[in-house]
Amino acid sequence: MPINYYIFLALALFCIGVAGVLTRRNAIIIFMCIELMLNAVNLLLVAFSKMHHLDVMQTNPATTVGTDAQLFVFFIMVVAAAEVSVGLAIIVMMYRNTHSIDINFLNRLKH
Amino acid sequence: MLALLLILIPLVTGVAAFFIKNEKVVKSWALLSAVVALGISLATLYYTDTTHLTFTKEWLPDLGSSFSVGLDGMGKMLTLLTAIAFPIIFISTKHSTYKDANQFYGLMLLSQAGLMGVFLSTDLLLFYFFWELALVPAYFLCSKWGGEKRISVTFKFFIYTFLGSLIMLIGILYLYILNPEKSFALQSIYKMTLNNRAQDILFWMFFLAFAIKMPIFPFHTWQPDTYEQSPTATTMVLSGIMVKMGLFAVVRWLLPVFPHAARGFDNIIIGLSVTGMIYASCIAIVQDDLKRLVAYSSIAHIGLMSAALFAGKANGVQGVMVQMFNHGINIIGLWIVIELTERQFGTRKMSELGGLAQKAPALAILLVIVALANVALPLTNGFVGEFLMFTGLYQFNVWYTVVAGLSIILAAIYTLNMIQKVFYGNTNALTEQAVDIRLNEKLVLSVLVILIFAMGVYPKPIIELTQASVNSLVSVFK
Amino acid sequence: MSNILEYIWLVPLFPLIGFLINGLGRNYLSKTFVSIIGCGVLLASFAASVYFFMSVKSGNSEVVHLFDFISTNSINIPFEFQADALSSLFLLIITGVGFLIHLYSTAYMHEESSTHFARYFAYLNLFVFSMLLLVLGGNYVIMFIGWEGVGLCSYLLIGYWFKNTDYNNAAKKAFIMNRIGDLGFLLAVFWMIQQFNSVSFGEVFAKSPQASVAVLTGITLLLFVGATGKSAQIPLYTWLPDAMAGPTPVSALIHAATMVTAGIYMIARSNVMYTLAPTTQTVVAVVGLATAIFAATIAIKQNDIKKVLAYSTVSQLGYMFLGLGVGAYTGAVFHVMTHAFFKALLFLGAGSVIHAMHHEQDIRNMGGLRKKLPITHLTFLLGCIAIAGIPPFSGFFSKDEILAAAYEANPVYWIIGVAGAMMTAFYMFRLYATTFLGSFRGTQEKEHHLHESPAAMTIPLIVLAILAVVGGFVGIPKVFAENAHSLEHFLSPIFAQSEELVKKEHALDHTKEIGLMAASVILALIAISYALNRFSKKPELKEAEGFGKILANKLYVDEMYDAIIGKPLKAISAFFNNVIEKAGIDGFVNGIGDGVQYASRQLRLLQSGQVGSYILLMVIGIIILFIIQLFVQ
Repeated sequence: MPINYYIFLALALFCIGVAGVLTRRNAIIIFMCIELMLNAVNLLLVAFSKMHHLDVMQTNPATTVGTDAQLFVFFIMVVAAAEVSVGLAIIVMMYRNTHSIDINFLNRLKH
Repeated sequence: MLALLLILIPLVTGVAAFFIKNEKVVKSWALLSAVVALGISLATLYYTDTTHLTFTKEWLPDLGSSFSVGLDGMGKMLTLLTAIAFPIIFISTKHSTYKDANQFYGLMLLSQAGLMGVFLSTDLLLFYFFWELALVPAYFLCSKWGGEKRISVTFKFFIYTFLGSLIMLIGILYLYILNPEKSFALQSIYKMTLNNRAQDILFWMFFLAFAIKMPIFPFHTWQPDTYEQSPTATTMVLSGIMVKMGLFAVVRWLLPVFPHAARGFDNIIIGLSVTGMIYASCIAIVQDDLKRLVAYSSIAHIGLMSAALFAGKANGVQGVMVQMFNHGINIIGLWIVIELTERQFGTRKMSELGGLAQKAPALAILLVIVALANVALPLTNGFVGEFLMFTGLYQFNVWYTVVAGLSIILAAIYTLNMIQKVFYGNTNALTEQAVDIRLNEKLVLSVLVILIFAMGVYPKPIIELTQASVNSLVSVFK
Repeated sequence: MSNILEYIWLVPLFPLIGFLINGLGRNYLSKTFVSIIGCGVLLASFAASVYFFMSVKSGNSEVVHLFDFISTNSINIPFEFQADALSSLFLLIITGVGFLIHLYSTAYMHEESSTHFARYFAYLNLFVFSMLLLVLGGNYVIMFIGWEGVGLCSYLLIGYWFKNTDYNNAAKKAFIMNRIGDLGFLLAVFWMIQQFNSVSFGEVFAKSPQASVAVLTGITLLLFVGATGKSAQIPLYTWLPDAMAGPTPVSALIHAATMVTAGIYMIARSNVMYTLAPTTQTVVAVVGLATAIFAATIAIKQNDIKKVLAYSTVSQLGYMFLGLGVGAYTGAVFHVMTHAFFKALLFLGAGSVIHAMHHEQDIRNMGGLRKKLPITHLTFLLGCIAIAGIPPFSGFFSKDEILAAAYEANPVYWIIGVAGAMMTAFYMFRLYATTFLGSFRGTQEKEHHLHESPAAMTIPLIVLAILAVVGGFVGIPKVFAENAHSLEHFLSPIFAQSEELVKKEHALDHTKEIGLMAASVILALIAISYALNRFSKKPELKEAEGFGKILANKLYVDEMYDAIIGKPLKAISAFFNNVIEKAGIDGFVNGIGDGVQYASRQLRLLQSGQVGSYILLMVIGIIILFIIQLFVQ
């Protein structure tokens, strides 16, 4: 399959994520959109990795060449998981304090 | 080794002073430290060998910078001035009270260490380090113990001088890059041959920092405000010694390194200096605040020094050397008198004072002598330096001398006005209850007066001390 | 054996010691002790001067090198004294007249408290020390030390009663006016250093003939500017009349006998340079003559006894400069000497009158003092005759020598000079008649208290009167007796070089010279008799009107100076302070700070605190970067 399809899919996912972050006010949804953007990047990483090392992999299925990018994806997923846990904890705390998860309540950064 | 001690003693005692909570003890501690430094400084006058006068230790070998300090004639003179000034300042402010005295005296000693370092270092990076070290304590001293408007004024002072310093730092790095030996050492920099364009650029980068520090017109506006708002002890350091840093740096780091640019821009700088002399003298005439008056008078004097320096004639440069020392002595004397007046009456406004000669004759006599030295009356120390500087300036250009000479007359006007308004005439409600000065204050001022006359009648020792520095500088101009 | 003149430093040392003792011990010493010290050091100094004078008279002279003062590797200015005919003569005048005035002061100042009494004598001693430095200095820098030193002492003594603001202003004015002249002096010294690389008299005069006339004219003109300040010539004379604020003996010592003659001494000392610069000589002569006549006209309408004498001093100094300008150096120095005698006498006499009148100085309130103050009256009269130039009193010989030389140079000088001399005779006898003749016009009580001054005051008067009468005999002109001008003979080594340069033959024949003398004496006598007639019976009591009022107000010169220099200087200073300094430079500096603050405030608005807007901005930023990446490359 040509690489273009992957790129377009990832781009679409990323843009949906950006649009969601920019337009939505619900913290949970924003979180989900961030995940969407991360996953778009993950998808691209895997796709490019496969594309670059296609020849090597076909001749020698046992090779470890070209797994770097896929390792990156795991890293990102781990970090994202950690981030989600911290982020959700923050949201919980926020809900406890404000009884809302609307981020416009959190415009205190100004002062 | 002695050179190193001159820095170390105030540095160590200064840090230690922060931990002495008792005000009386810290005052004595600071005085003790200053006296020891004076003793060492006097001792340096007897040695001429390099083992006593220089010290080198690796500092940043990868950068080509070492911790190297050394004393030549000019360095000896200026360290001696610093060493004389601090005990005098400490004794004369004995009866002034400062909140958090430990910090005050600690910072004072640290600034002494910085000043000593500036006069001693023979490595450009080290010089820059001490240049800043002298500035930072002064900033804290002004902003914590100063007058009402101290915060904005010291902020201005800091930004002003720091701007100059930063531009100089860039210049230092540029110079370092151009140096094929990749070294900051004085001798290595002196050996460099820079092309004219590089000299022109670097000259202004360095000169700006020095011009602000001196200060010469039109970079001077931080100075009257800062002098006015600082505690007088700090003002003495600032005006007596710190302005000499600028002149010293010109002699040590500017003229020998960029001789072509110095010759090329001499007319601009002398023109600015001479303009500043007349300008500042005129402004001094209309001041009512004693501190501002002395501040402007100091700008006028510094203007003459920088003009004579850039004229580059042997007599003039010799005069600058003599005057650097003598101006320090005189202006500290003036500040002491102002401090004593302000402490007693709570005002520095001349219009509110008057008739003090009846009530405090000793103070009046001592002030008159110091003030006359400040207007360069013959047989006082001010005359020797000014005479030589004018001679040098005259050899450079007649008309600069004529214009600069007008400041002699203007100086007489504002000085006599001050004497008249503060000391003569009748007493008023405020000065009716005045008392004369204490013994320790009399003593300090008498020491200054003795120095004034000794240097004025027999200036030979100080001329001989600095002659070698003058010769080497003048040879640059030929 | 070394030359006895090596010890000439003793002469100024004594007053210096006196100054230190009186100055430092002013709180502890009694008035008697202060008087003894103050006068004693002067007497010692005088004795030493006489001794050295005798030595010089026998043909001795010496440049005494004491120590190196300012010596750099390009110039050497030693602290040296010049002991020769000119300086030794001035030493005699300064210490001799100075001693008499010190003696006089012990009585005159007796009302002062002992601290102030000691302060007075300390200043007086310091003044004599400075004056001696001035005349002894072996180069222009040492001379300048004394030059500024006497200015300082003059300042201190004029403002001696420092509670009075007017007196302080007068003192300040004197110092500043002197400083203006001093700047000229200094510039001349700088020029000399550049031209001759030396300031020592010997070397400068030896090298002068090789220098160009333009250079010498410049140097001498600048030196003359210095002289106009110190010796109160146009345009810097206005301080001298105001200087009468000081105690009267001070006026006698400083503002008549010694300090004001410093300019004449300096030019006489530099005679070689002046002779080589004829343009300057003309300027000196014209300024001197103008001052002489100008001050004399003002003196006619003054009513303050000391002001009359002050303007008379300015006028007489003008004559001395006229003498210098026409090359009659001996005549000028001669007039300095005789003037020191009779003017000190007149001032001390005036002091005696003021003392008797309890500090009344307005002559309109005096009159008829002849009977009450017989000694003062007689000596004052002798002084008036001497200054009017009636033979054989001292003023006649010296003034005539100058006028004769002026006639040789230009007869117009002589005519104006004689007119001035007539005016001198007129106003001096106006003063004399109004003060001493007629009847007393003060209050009964004041008349009751009138008394002759004590011996400490009258003895100096008598001594000075004798000197004023006979002092002229050291300079009898050739017309009367060949080789009788012993002063000329004594001073000849000083002016030898100048005379060689000019080599003029004595153009004036004897009959003509006697004719000129007779004319000036007759004119003076007419003026005297007119003044005596007019003022002894009906003194001028009303306020002057018309031109007389302008004269009484000193031709409004002070007001003019204030309008031309004083006010503009203040205005310009205020302009610098308020406009350029505060609004201009500081405004610019603060403007940079304000600009940064303003820009920051505007930029701060971007920080809304909304997380969404931050992210939006970030995205926009990324998009912009993408666009740059895509399109720019």
